[in-house]
Amino acid sequence: MIKDLVTPQNANVFVGKLGDILEKAIDKPLGYAINWGRIWSLWPVHIETACCSVEFGAASSPRYDVERFGIIEAFGSLRQCDLVVVQGTITRKMAPRLRLVYDQMPEPKYVIAMGACAITGGLYFDSYNVLPGIDGVIPVDVYVPGCPPRPETLIQGCMLLQEKIKRMKARKFV
Amino acid sequence: MSSDSEKEAVEKKPEESKPTETKPPEKPATAKPDEQKPAATKPAPAKKPAPTKEEPELPAFEKGIADKIIEKFGEKTTISFVKPDRVGIKVGRDDIHNVAEFARDTLNYDHVDSVAGVDYPADKEIEVVYHLSSYTDPTLSRQILELATRAQREEDPIPGNDATKLPSLRDIFYSVEFHEREVFEMLGVYFEGHPDNRRLLLPEDWADLPPLRKDFRNKGR
Amino acid sequence: MSSPTLPPGLAIQKADERIMTLNVGPQHPGSGHMRIIVQIDGDYIVACDPDPGYVHRGEEKMAEYRNYTLNVPHLERPVIHDSCNILYPYVLAAEELLGLEIPERAKYIRVIASELNRCIYTQYWLAIYGIFLGHSTMFMWPAGDRELLIDLMEKMTGARVTHSYFIPGGIRNDLPANFEDVCLRQVNYFEKRIKEYADVFYNNPILISRTEKTGVLTRENAIKLGTTGSVLRASGVDYDVRKKEPYDVYDELDFETNVMKDGDSYARSRIPWLDMMESCRIIRNALQKMPKSGSVRVKLKPNPKGELGSVYKRIESGRGALGCYIVSDKKVEPYRVKLSVPSFRNLIALPHLLIGEKLGNMPSVYWSLNYWPVEADR
Repeated sequence: MIKDLVTPQNANVFVGKLGDILEKAIDKPLGYAINWGRIWSLWPVHIETACCSVEFGAASSPRYDVERFGIIEAFGSLRQCDLVVVQGTITRKMAPRLRLVYDQMPEPKYVIAMGACAITGGLYFDSYNVLPGIDGVIPVDVYVPGCPPRPETLIQGCMLLQEKIKRMKARKFV
Repeated sequence: MSSDSEKEAVEKKPEESKPTETKPPEKPATAKPDEQKPAATKPAPAKKPAPTKEEPELPAFEKGIADKIIEKFGEKTTISFVKPDRVGIKVGRDDIHNVAEFARDTLNYDHVDSVAGVDYPADKEIEVVYHLSSYTDPTLSRQILELATRAQREEDPIPGNDATKLPSLRDIFYSVEFHEREVFEMLGVYFEGHPDNRRLLLPEDWADLPPLRKDFRNKGR
Repeated sequence: MSSPTLPPGLAIQKADERIMTLNVGPQHPGSGHMRIIVQIDGDYIVACDPDPGYVHRGEEKMAEYRNYTLNVPHLERPVIHDSCNILYPYVLAAEELLGLEIPERAKYIRVIASELNRCIYTQYWLAIYGIFLGHSTMFMWPAGDRELLIDLMEKMTGARVTHSYFIPGGIRNDLPANFEDVCLRQVNYFEKRIKEYADVFYNNPILISRTEKTGVLTRENAIKLGTTGSVLRASGVDYDVRKKEPYDVYDELDFETNVMKDGDSYARSRIPWLDMMESCRIIRNALQKMPKSGSVRVKLKPNPKGELGSVYKRIESGRGALGCYIVSDKKVEPYRVKLSVPSFRNLIALPHLLIGEKLGNMPSVYWSLNYWPVEADR
C-alpha cells in the first residue's frame, strides 16, 4: 500500500507529512532533547564590536571560566555558531556588518546585548556615529546591563538565555 | 547654549586679534605675539598683555628654536607661544611646506605626533595643527613644535571640491599619512599632494557635514 | 551573497587573475574590531589596506559638550583596560588649563595606578597574542594573573576596569587602609609569575620560529613612520616619554627602558613583557617614596573655566606615547579635545610590515603592533 502511495512526484510531500506526524507524536521528548543539546553548546560568534570585549575575554579566563556553563570560547566559524554576543557599542559603520553576520548564521540563533551601549547607546547617547541600541538591527533575546558588565553579569545573562531556550519550542527548527 | 557660545566667540575674537592687525597678509592670531615682536604691538587692551609681559625670561632653548624659524622666514611666520618644551608657530598656508621642510632638515624634527584640526567659524577658517617631535636628536626629545596653519572655511562644504585645501606634508613627514586622512574626513580639509585622500574612520555612506565642524551638532545638543 | 544592496565597503573587488582580495575582519578571530583588506598572490601578501573605524564613536566631538570633569568617564572608554593611562594626558592638560597644582601624594598614587594599569593592559594584550598564535596556555596564564591586579585596582578605585580614577585636580579617593602591604605582596607575586612566561612562551622554539624575522621594521622606517611605544623600542630607538619628558614624579623613580634591535614580531612581543617587570620595579619604588599621608585632591570649583590657549601633553601608555591636545576658549567646555593615540600612530606601519609576508603570519604581525582598535578609532 505504501508503494502505491509514494510516487516520485509526491515523495517529498509524503516525507514532509511523515515529519509532521513524527513531530506531533514525539514533540515533547524530542524537543526537550534538542533544547538540552542546544543549551550546553552555545557557540558565540567572534564579533567584537567595542570595549566590552575586554570583559568578554575576562569571562573566558580561568577565574570566571564561562565554559563551565556551556558557552564555548568564541573562536569558531560563524556558520557553526548560534549565539551573537554584541559586545558594546554598535556604530553606523558596524551595523551593516553585524546584520550580515547575523544573516549568515544558521537557525536557531540567539542574541545577547552586552553593555549599556548595545542596549540604549549608553554613554554615547549623543554621539553622531552610534546607534541607540541594537534592537533596530537584530532581535535581542537577553539584555545584560552594565558599563561594562562584570563577567559574572555576563555569565548570568548566558544562564538566563539557557533558561529561555529551555522553554522555547524546539519544533520550529526541526 | 549654542547661541551663547557663538556670541561669545564672536565678541572675543576681535579683541584678541587687535595686536596683530598691523599685518594684513597674516591670519589673525589667537595668542600673544607681542612677546616676540614688541615693535608690532599697538596700544592693546591692558587686560591681556599685562600678565604675559610680567614673565620676561622665556625658556632659552625653546626661544632659540623659535628665533631660528623667524630668522629664516621672517614675516611669514608668527610665534604664538613659547612655553617650556613647547613652541607654537603660525604659518600661512603657502609657507607651511617650506617651514616643515626647514624643521625637518635644519631643526632635526623627524616625525609628527599628531595632526589636529580645529574649526573657527567666527574667523571663517579651519586651523590644522601639526605637532612635530624628534626621536633622533636627544636635545629635542622633550620638545614639541606646533606648526599651525589655516585653511579657508566654506559655509556649505563639499569635501574635496571646495576652497578648503592645504598642501600635504606627507612628502616631508611620512607619518602624517593617516592623520591627514582623518582631518580630511573630520573637517573637510583636502590635502593637495596626499596620494590617498580616502575616508578612514567614518562610515562609507556618510553624507552629512564633516562632524568636527562647529556647525555640525550632536543630536540633542 | 547575490544581494545587490551591499554597502559600498562590502563589495568584492576582483583585481587580477592571480591576485585575490581577502577581507580579514571585522568578523574574524584574528582581527578584532577592524578590517584589513589584504591582496594575496599565492600565500604572499602583496597589498594591505587597513580599514579602521568600526568603533568610531566621536569621543572628540562629545568632549566639546561636556565640562572638564564630565569628560573623564567617556574619554577613558577607548581603552577600558588601560583607563588610567588614557586619561592621564587629558588630566594633565586640563590641570594646566585650569591652573591646578596637585598634591605630592596624588602624584605618587597616580604613578602607581598608571603602572598597575599598564600591567593589566599588557596582560590582556599578551593573552590575545597567545590565542592568536594558537597558544592556549598563554591565554589562560595572563588572563588569570591579570585578575590579581584588577582586584588591587578594585580595592583602590572601586571599579573593575573603568576606574575614572584620575580627575583634574588629583585623584578621586585616597588609598584604602593597608593598601601598601597588599600591593607590595601582589606585585611581588605577580613579578614572580610573569617571569615564568619565559619558559612557556618567550623561550618556546615554536614561538620563536613563528615570530622571528617576520614583519621586520627597521630603525629608519620606525622613525620615518612615527611609530611609538613598544614598536619603536623594538626597532632600536630608545624613546620612552617617562624617561625623556618625565611627567608627575617619574623623574624621581628608578627604572630603565627596554630596547631591542631586531624590530621583528618577536622583539615587539617581548618589549611589553619586559616593560611589565619595570612596572613592578616602579611600583615598589613609588610605594617606598610616597608620602604616607596628605591630601590627594585639590578642591575644584563647580564648572571650572579653562584659560585661553592650547596645551599638548603626552605620556607613555601601555602602547606608546599618548598625547592630548586641548584648545580652550575660556568656557566651561573645552573648545577642542584631540587625543593622539598610539594605536592610530602605529597602524600606519601595518601595510609596511605585511607586504611580502605570508598570510599565516598576519595575526602575529598585526597583534605585535600592540594595536587596540577601539583606541585607534576613538
